[in-house]
Amino acid sequence: MIRVGVRLYATLRRYGPHLPVGTPWIAEVEDGATLEDLIGRLGLPAGELKLAFVNGRGQEVSSRLRAGDEVGLFPPIAGASGCLGGPGLKAVPLRS
Amino acid sequence: MSKILRVNMTDLTATYEDVPEKYRLLGGRGLTSTIVADEVEPTCHPLGPHNKVVFAPGLVSGTAAPNSGRLSVGAKSPLTGGIKESNAGGISSQKIAHLGIKAMVVEGQPREKQLYALRVSKAGAELVPVPEIAGKGMYETNATLWARYGRVAIVGIGLAGERLMTNAGVSTNDMENGPGRYASRGGLGAAMGSKGLKAIAVDDAGVRDVPIKDPEAFRVAAKQLTDALREHPVTSQTLPSYGTAVLINVLSEAGGLPTRNFSSGRFEGAAKTSGEAIAGLVKARGGVGRMGHPCHPGCVIQCSNVVPREDGTLACAPVEYEPDWALGANCGIDSLDDIATMNYLCDDFGVDAVETGVALGVAMEAGLLKFGDGKAAIELLEEVGNGTPLGRIVGQGAAFTARAFGVTRVPVVKGQGMPAYEPRAVKGIGTTYVTLPMGADHTAGYAVATEILSVGGKADPLSPAGKAELSRDFQVATAFLDSTGYCLFISFATLDIPSGFEGMLGTINAMYGTSWTAEDITRIGQEVLRTERRFNELAGFSKGMDRVPEFMKHEPLPPHNTVFDVPDEELDRVLAF
Repeated sequence: MIRVGVRLYATLRRYGPHLPVGTPWIAEVEDGATLEDLIGRLGLPAGELKLAFVNGRGQEVSSRLRAGDEVGLFPPIAGASGCLGGPGLKAVPLRS
Repeated sequence: MSKILRVNMTDLTATYEDVPEKYRLLGGRGLTSTIVADEVEPTCHPLGPHNKVVFAPGLVSGTAAPNSGRLSVGAKSPLTGGIKESNAGGISSQKIAHLGIKAMVVEGQPREKQLYALRVSKAGAELVPVPEIAGKGMYETNATLWARYGRVAIVGIGLAGERLMTNAGVSTNDMENGPGRYASRGGLGAAMGSKGLKAIAVDDAGVRDVPIKDPEAFRVAAKQLTDALREHPVTSQTLPSYGTAVLINVLSEAGGLPTRNFSSGRFEGAAKTSGEAIAGLVKARGGVGRMGHPCHPGCVIQCSNVVPREDGTLACAPVEYEPDWALGANCGIDSLDDIATMNYLCDDFGVDAVETGVALGVAMEAGLLKFGDGKAAIELLEEVGNGTPLGRIVGQGAAFTARAFGVTRVPVVKGQGMPAYEPRAVKGIGTTYVTLPMGADHTAGYAVATEILSVGGKADPLSPAGKAELSRDFQVATAFLDSTGYCLFISFATLDIPSGFEGMLGTINAMYGTSWTAEDITRIGQEVLRTERRFNELAGFSKGMDRVPEFMKHEPLPPHNTVFDVPDEELDRVLAF
C-alpha cells in the first residue's frame, strides 16, 4: 500500500473528512493504483469530478499514483463534457 | 440603437449624430477601438485634449438576451500609451442602449479646471458642473447622484481619476448602486478625469429604443442560450456557489498562482483566500453577505458576491478572483478581511485593484513594507486615496512604482501589470499577455480555459508548444465576444454546448438581420485586432514590446521550476494575420 495526499475542493469537499480547505487527507491505496481507483475508494461519482492535479500537473483518471503524490480534485470549474478523459465538444471551431 | 452622442468638453456641448453605415454592425470593443482608431491621433498625449473616451454598449445590450449587459470603454491608454478597451458589467450598458445610443464619444478638454457630470435621459443630454462631488469617493458620488436623479446608471471616476493617476479605472454602478464593477485596466479613469468628466448619469425611464429585426427568432435564440447557461455546471453551479475566486485553489494547485511579486506559483495561504473560504465566511457571518449575486439585470449566472465584515455589515461587494489574488497571494497576504478592506478602498478611490496589487507587490519587493503585512498594505493604499507623494507613486501602477524604487523584477507588459496567472507556468496566457495590443491582460485571450480548465480542448500549461495558435484563437474569438455585450462567462456554455453557441449567434443575427457564422466571428475578431495593432504601431509600438519581462526568461518559477520559453518567432506569429 502507498500513501497519497488528497485535497478536495469546492463541491467535492462533502466526500471527504471535515478538514479545512487546502489541508490534505492522507489516503492509502494499492501499489500501482490509478486516479480512477482512488476516486472509486473516496466514493466520488464519476460525473462530479472534472479536474485532477497530481503534483501540480493535470492528469487523466488512468494515470498511476506513486507514494507521496499530492492530489488535488475539483468539480467542473469548467467543462461539462463527460469526466476526465472524455472528449470535449467543440462548439466554436477555434481556428483562425 | 440609432445614434451617437458626441460630448465636447471644450465647448460644453452634447449633440446627437447619425450612426455612419460603417459602424452599424459594430458594438462594444469593436466600436470603441474603431472610433478611437478613426478619430484619435495615435501620438497624442493621452491626458491632453486630443484623446477621446468612447463608451459603447455591446451589439445585443439592452435586449432580453441573458447576460448581455457589458459596457465597453475605450481610449488611448494613459498607462500603456497604446489603444485600450476595458469592459464592465453593472446597469449602465443596458440603460445607454435603451436610449438608442450606440456610443458616447467624449472629446476636448474644459478651458478652466472644472468637474462636470453628463446627464442623459429621454429629454436629452446636458453637462452639469458638479463641484460638490469633486474629491468624493465613488460610494459618496453614487449616493449623491441617486438622491438627485433617481435610480440612474452611473459611470464615474473616483479621486484617482480626478488626480489623473494612470492606475485610475472607470466605475459602473450595480443594481444596489455599489461602485464595485469596473472598466478598470489601463488608466481610462485618468483619461475621463483629464476631460473634467466626473460621472455620466443615465436615466432610461420611458424609453426602450432597441429595435430587433426578427423578434420571434430572437426569442428562440435567447432561450437557447439561457438553457445552455442553466445546463452547464460551471455557469449554473460552480460560479454562483463559489464565485470567480474558486480559481484561487485551482491555480495554486496547478502551480500558476503568482505569489509574492511573481516569485512563486503556489501560495500557502491560497485556501484561506479562496472562493470556498469566501462562501464559508458569507455563511458564517450572515448580515448583508451573499453569494450568487448578479451584477446586472438578466444575468443568469450570478457569479459575484457581497462579502460581510465580522459584524455582518458590508466589507466589499464584490471580491472577485483577480483582486483577491492581487491584494492577497501576490502580496503574500492571506487575510480575507484585509483583502476585502483593500478591495473596498480601490473601489472607492477609483483604482484598478489588479494594478494596485501588482504595484503593492513591487513596493514590498522594494522593501517599503513586508510581504504578508495586510495592515501596512492598507495604510499604503490609504495614501493613494489621500494623494500623498508616495500615494501618487503607487497610484501610477506597478511599472512606475518599480522605476521609482529601482526594482527590476517587474511583472508588466507594455506598462500594464500582469493579472492572476503566471506566464512561466501557464504559457498560453503568457503568450496572450505579451502579444495582445492592450498590454498584460487575461480576459482578452483566456487560454487558461484550455490549459488549466480543459475547456474547448486540452493543452499542457507548462509546454511552449502550440501556444501561439491557442492564444491567437482565443484572442480572435474574444475580440468578437467583447463586441457583443455578452459577459465573457457565457463562453463556458458556448464552447461546450452547441445549442448555446447557436443561441448566442442567433440573437445577433435575429437582431441585425445578418447571417453570421463561425467564419464571421473569426473575420470580425481579426479585424478588431488588426485595427488595434495598427493604432499601436502608429503610436510607436514595436514587436520588441511583445515580450515577457526579462526575469521570466531566466528565473525558474517554483514549484515546477520552469521559465517562459515560447520562442520570439512564435510570439511574432500570433497576430500576424
